[in-house]
Amino acid sequence: MKTRIMGFFGAVNQSCFGGDSYSYLCRSSVSSFCFNSSRTANQLDSLYVSDDDNNQALDFPGGKVTFSSQMRFISETGENRVPCYRVLDDNGEPIIGSNYEQLTKELAVKMYGNMVTLQMMDTIFYEAQRQGRISFYVTSLGEEAINIASAAALTPDDVVMPQYREPGVLLWRGFTLQEFANQCFGNKADYGKGRQMPIHYGSNKLNYFTVSSPIATQLPQAVGAAYSLKMDKKDACVVTYIGDGGTSEGDFHAALNFAAVMEAPVVFICRNNGWAISTHISEQFRSDGIVVKGQAYGIRSIRIDGNDALAVYCAIHAAREMAVSEQRPILVECLTYRVGHHSTSDDSTKYRPIEEIEYWKSARNPVNRYRKWVERNGWWSDEEDRELRSNVRKELLQVIQLAEKTDKHPVTELFADVYDAPPLNLQEQEKQLRETITRHPKDYPSSVPV
Amino acid sequence: MAAKLRSYGRGLAPLLWRRGLSNASSSTMIQQQQQQQSGKSMNLYSAINQALHIVLETDPRAYVFGEDVSFGGVFRCTTGLVDRFGKNRVFNTPLCEQGIVGFGIGLAAMGNRAIAEIQFADYIYPAFDQIVNEAAKFRYRSGNQFNCGGLTIRAPYGAVEHGGHYHSQSPEAFFCHVPGIKVVIPRSPREAKGLLLSCIRDPNPVVFFEPKLLYRKAVEEVPEDDYMLPLSEAEVIREGSDITLVGWGAQLSIMEQACIDAEKDGISCELIDLKTLIPWDKETVETSVRKTGRLLISHEAPVTGGFGAEISASIVERCFLRLEAPVARVCGLDTPFPLVFEPFYVPNKNKILDAIKSTVNY
Ligand SMILES: Cc1ncc(C[n+]2csc(CCOP(=O)(O)OP(=O)(O)O)c2C)c(N)n1
Ligand SMILES: [Mg+2]
Repeated sequence: MKTRIMGFFGAVNQSCFGGDSYSYLCRSSVSSFCFNSSRTANQLDSLYVSDDDNNQALDFPGGKVTFSSQMRFISETGENRVPCYRVLDDNGEPIIGSNYEQLTKELAVKMYGNMVTLQMMDTIFYEAQRQGRISFYVTSLGEEAINIASAAALTPDDVVMPQYREPGVLLWRGFTLQEFANQCFGNKADYGKGRQMPIHYGSNKLNYFTVSSPIATQLPQAVGAAYSLKMDKKDACVVTYIGDGGTSEGDFHAALNFAAVMEAPVVFICRNNGWAISTHISEQFRSDGIVVKGQAYGIRSIRIDGNDALAVYCAIHAAREMAVSEQRPILVECLTYRVGHHSTSDDSTKYRPIEEIEYWKSARNPVNRYRKWVERNGWWSDEEDRELRSNVRKELLQVIQLAEKTDKHPVTELFADVYDAPPLNLQEQEKQLRETITRHPKDYPSSVPV
Repeated sequence: MAAKLRSYGRGLAPLLWRRGLSNASSSTMIQQQQQQQSGKSMNLYSAINQALHIVLETDPRAYVFGEDVSFGGVFRCTTGLVDRFGKNRVFNTPLCEQGIVGFGIGLAAMGNRAIAEIQFADYIYPAFDQIVNEAAKFRYRSGNQFNCGGLTIRAPYGAVEHGGHYHSQSPEAFFCHVPGIKVVIPRSPREAKGLLLSCIRDPNPVVFFEPKLLYRKAVEEVPEDDYMLPLSEAEVIREGSDITLVGWGAQLSIMEQACIDAEKDGISCELIDLKTLIPWDKETVETSVRKTGRLLISHEAPVTGGFGAEISASIVERCFLRLEAPVARVCGLDTPFPLVFEPFYVPNKNKILDAIKSTVNY
């Protein structure tokens, strides 16, 4: 084991091994990669160890619990911080002895291409917001590896319930740049029919539930959806994302507990990026991050370097395999950093040092690190990189232009979908509104057909 | 030890409470007619900020907390408070609305003024249980042994032209259905400061909704001193004889424009700012409707089950024979708050003007 310090708001050891207990082989049909897991028994009884002199135990409804004559409070912290699994070092070189899955050239290059595309989409859409062309935007800068590598590790049947900083998952599944732009402009090609703010993407076709702004609400829903997959004996799981801030909501705790009790095939991916708007993680929780919360709920968990695309890929692949084959929830904490402002409504230099942002933007940049590895394999050249970037840029400018000049949905869509069919009150209100529009056409934007 | 502390705190609470109130009494309760026009020109978020400064200054047992309040809050209302009063009294909380309100109730129950910020009214729902089942019933269920009257929940509400479903809602009606809490909404910077100080010092839990559209937009002279405006007192902000219009918050400025346009057509409108939604000032509305014989209510929240329905029903009960036309409601539609359709959804000036005319010509 190679131990390094990551500089993540307090040092976290980096480990190429997932846990510190025993390693076991996954029953993966995809490949025979090897990983490690913290020990979590289904039957708590198997944890029953009698170290009591008199061999006495409490026959509690929850199983046998040994007595102890020691009044010993469990410490609020573990002896060491939970280490962080990674595969690639800062130079994109695989750490000797690390357990990881070999990627094919095709997959590896596609992942890199998607990471670059996501980054460029963010830069250009952000700019479009600054120019007043769209009303709002959120970037995933700094979290490209989590976005793309986690998506790459799933199957298309795995159902995704996102927070909002995971558009890369959709990108990976084939959502086109035009589709992203259509949503941000809320035009008539937007599947959400222009009703929600930009970045609230969703695609039924791609098994990606529509983003909802209220934080953490998707988590217990993910457990319910996973229970359905379980009942239907599907070869799939639900994958749901949450920020560090989101783990403070009651819904996070409800979800973890439900998932454990219902033995639901769900993977919780926490993007611990250090900040929830201006709130630093030290004001969010005092535990050793998120990973340790899993065990309290009886959930197998791992902490990984979210800026190492290979580590993300391998850990999420293993997690979804366990979730599906063993019908159990898994919690993955990805350590990363929100390199951009929280959103276009935020100026993060008000509350965090610019050097911190710079450090994560350059020294810990997940795209650059992954690129070094791809290049080292001889799979990518500067020439190819230039071409990729120029193509993506061209496409982005085109899709924005088209999305901008496309009409909005017609007024009927204001009243549709509140219920399966508009009830009487909405029928009346639509009629009334149409009369009002006829009387005062100037009050209403011409981009919305009546 | 913990138990001892607790009983000590509780025993002291009524005393501290009185102490809190006596601090407040150095402030003046301004009657409507006395309201000075003088002061410093400022916008609504600065007025809120000033009120928070005053309350933290005058009451050592006042606390301000919520998501991202330390750096000034996402709407800048809490700017400068940490620097001045320290991070024990002004602090960020974890991202958990039920936690924020539950914590606030506990803090208030120990004789403190807990001023909790919910980042957007749209995100108040995780705290609904704490507000409805806990804060509202704390006094009643204990036979007045305990209360959490020191709790004030501030939340920005309403349309902002680009907020979509979750940054635009006006959830006031939910809370108006709950005996035990007060609901207050200011229309302008001067009102915001005076009403917020009253809410914080009121011995009942209050939900204070701030019209976020006006945070920067609304600017007026705000007295620099510590003053309070009375709760449960509506104000006639424009006198007229043909029809009474009732509203609150940001909607009033739109209603006012409609009144001005109606006047050009020879219709004289009386406009009332309700300010406190529960317990509301029926007398002022009733007196006005007895004079005009007509009533129009306007709010951004969906019309069905909105607080306009309650006002309408009460005034019909009280003024049935005096009414010359059905009570008109110009409100949000019965849909979620939509992004691109916002101009269609909101009760704009011409919708109100049309309703004024059809009510007067009924
Ligand atoms: C219930 C709820 N409360 C508050 C908000 C406002 N809000 C939006 S994002 C955010 C911070 C989320 O931080 P985190 O979960 O760490 O995700 P990140 O933005 O870092 O990806 C807050 C407080 C919200 N959307 N929903
Ligand atoms: Mg975060």
